[in-house]
Amino acid sequence: MSVVTALYLLLLAGVAGYVLVARVPSILHTPMMSGSNFIHGIVLAGAMLALGVANSPLEQIIGFIAVSAAAANVVGGFVVTDRMLALFDKSAGKKSGSAGSKPSRVDGTRRRTRPASPKTDSASEKS
Amino acid sequence: MNGAVPFALQLAWFISTLLFVIGLRRLSSPSKARTGIWCAGVGMLVVIVSMFFHPDLRQNHSLIVAALTVGGGISLLHARRIDLTRIPQTVALYNLLGGVAAAGIAILVLLDVAQYSVLAKSLAVLGGLIGCVSASGSFFAYLRLRGYLVRRTGFAQRQVAYIASGALMLLLGLILAASPTAHPALLFLFVILALSFGVLMTLPTSAADMPVLISLYNALTGLAVAFDGIVLENPAMVVAGTIVFAAGALLTRLMAKSVNRRLSEIMYSGFGITDEGHDAATDRDHVNTIDSQDAAVDMAYAGRVVIVPGYGMATAQAQHKLRELTQLLDERGVETSFAIHPVAGRMPGHMNVLLAEAGVPYEKIQDMGDINTEFSQVDIVLVVGANDIVNLAAREATESALHGMPILDVDKAKRVIVLKRGDGTGYAGVENPLLFAPITRVLFGDARDSVQDLIFAIKGLE
Repeated sequence: MSVVTALYLLLLAGVAGYVLVARVPSILHTPMMSGSNFIHGIVLAGAMLALGVANSPLEQIIGFIAVSAAAANVVGGFVVTDRMLALFDKSAGKKSGSAGSKPSRVDGTRRRTRPASPKTDSASEKS
Repeated sequence: MNGAVPFALQLAWFISTLLFVIGLRRLSSPSKARTGIWCAGVGMLVVIVSMFFHPDLRQNHSLIVAALTVGGGISLLHARRIDLTRIPQTVALYNLLGGVAAAGIAILVLLDVAQYSVLAKSLAVLGGLIGCVSASGSFFAYLRLRGYLVRRTGFAQRQVAYIASGALMLLLGLILAASPTAHPALLFLFVILALSFGVLMTLPTSAADMPVLISLYNALTGLAVAFDGIVLENPAMVVAGTIVFAAGALLTRLMAKSVNRRLSEIMYSGFGITDEGHDAATDRDHVNTIDSQDAAVDMAYAGRVVIVPGYGMATAQAQHKLRELTQLLDERGVETSFAIHPVAGRMPGHMNVLLAEAGVPYEKIQDMGDINTEFSQVDIVLVVGANDIVNLAAREATESALHGMPILDVDKAKRVIVLKRGDGTGYAGVENPLLFAPITRVLFGDARDSVQDLIFAIKGLE
């Protein structure tokens, strides 16, 4: 891969990244940030290669640090993003579960502000 | 790099890149997001395994496996136990690690210069610089969010320091890239300078703005990875790194925009540094307090209650109790919903994640644009551990540090009940006139305990 080819890659992948995120809803900003944090963990591939050609002890130490750091980035980024997104799954499940009770609180008939006789009102509510 | 990369390896990288793109695409839709991260995860696994078959990876196999086990193992334990209210800190921490790895690769390349062209070395210099800035910047952002660095520091000659260290790094970078031999001492100096540059960038930023900066560092790590990828001739690294850079840059802009601030303001302004603000901290004598019994009655007989959660809800872990409270109110026929400011908590979406964790259904969550037109029809607004996002000073006081930030217009409602732990101001350190407004009642105490008291009190009403 020549450097010029790489520059074309930079350009096109940059556009792709921009387009991919352009319409992400704000509720997913945090998982998106964590997810992209996971994806740059691909630096692990480079770190493995760099350690794989290391000769001197100094190079081996730096390489070892780089590989462990990158591995931690990959594993941590994945687990945290997945845990976060699992919460969204759960709430989507609850959403369908609670659909039946919803109409009663949406219709305006039960609305009131500070009723004069709270006791009777709440009693009728309970029954 | 000498050995030709076999086609099977190239194919594996291509498939992984494809999986990354599909994964990221899915991450931007709520219902598919989880399959997205698994998609990207499979891609990552393919790359890591494939690297063992790389022809240039000739030695230190046991060291590589050991490093993978150590780094991955510690991180797995950490990530499974981390409290999800600490997401921004956690992203900063993992980004620090990514930055360290990117910088480490660049350092190794620059120590072993013989086999690389000047162009490749220049890219390694850039990758190393960006990786170091991102790593030290993330580290200080992490410390600030963990509360170890409470005071922001800034000094008048910061601009001079920026320019001086920038110029010195440029000079060193040119020498490192052009020289046919390695210069470990110069390289060491370069790394130290780049690390201090990251610190310099982070120190003046307030904790409230930190998520935006973390997102920026996240993007920068992506760029460093892309540059390293060009040097090591790994197109998967180039594409994935660049995508993270572009996506991260856009995300940073979106996040900055939702607090109505420009990135340059967040990074360079002396926002609040001179204003300690705490002299004028809330005086209990001047606010109208309310006890949980009265607050419960107010809410139980209201027509519509809107809850505004903030970071205080996250720290008190009050989200489960709040869901219980809304269910109780729903049973009584009170219409309830949650109003989410784009930057409530410590980063966009933070509140959504916590409320989702507590099982609050999507349709109960309203964003700022929708709810702001409806506050005049709301009887009670319950502010739970939020301050800056409902700070009227943002609207009125032009000299205020928060000026211009869009806020939730809770003062348009009939009554505001603020659950507040202490007497202090919000993260921005700015006094909130809302607390002294005639419609406002303050209920002092830990958010979770207060909500629990409200639940008891409402259950006790007959």
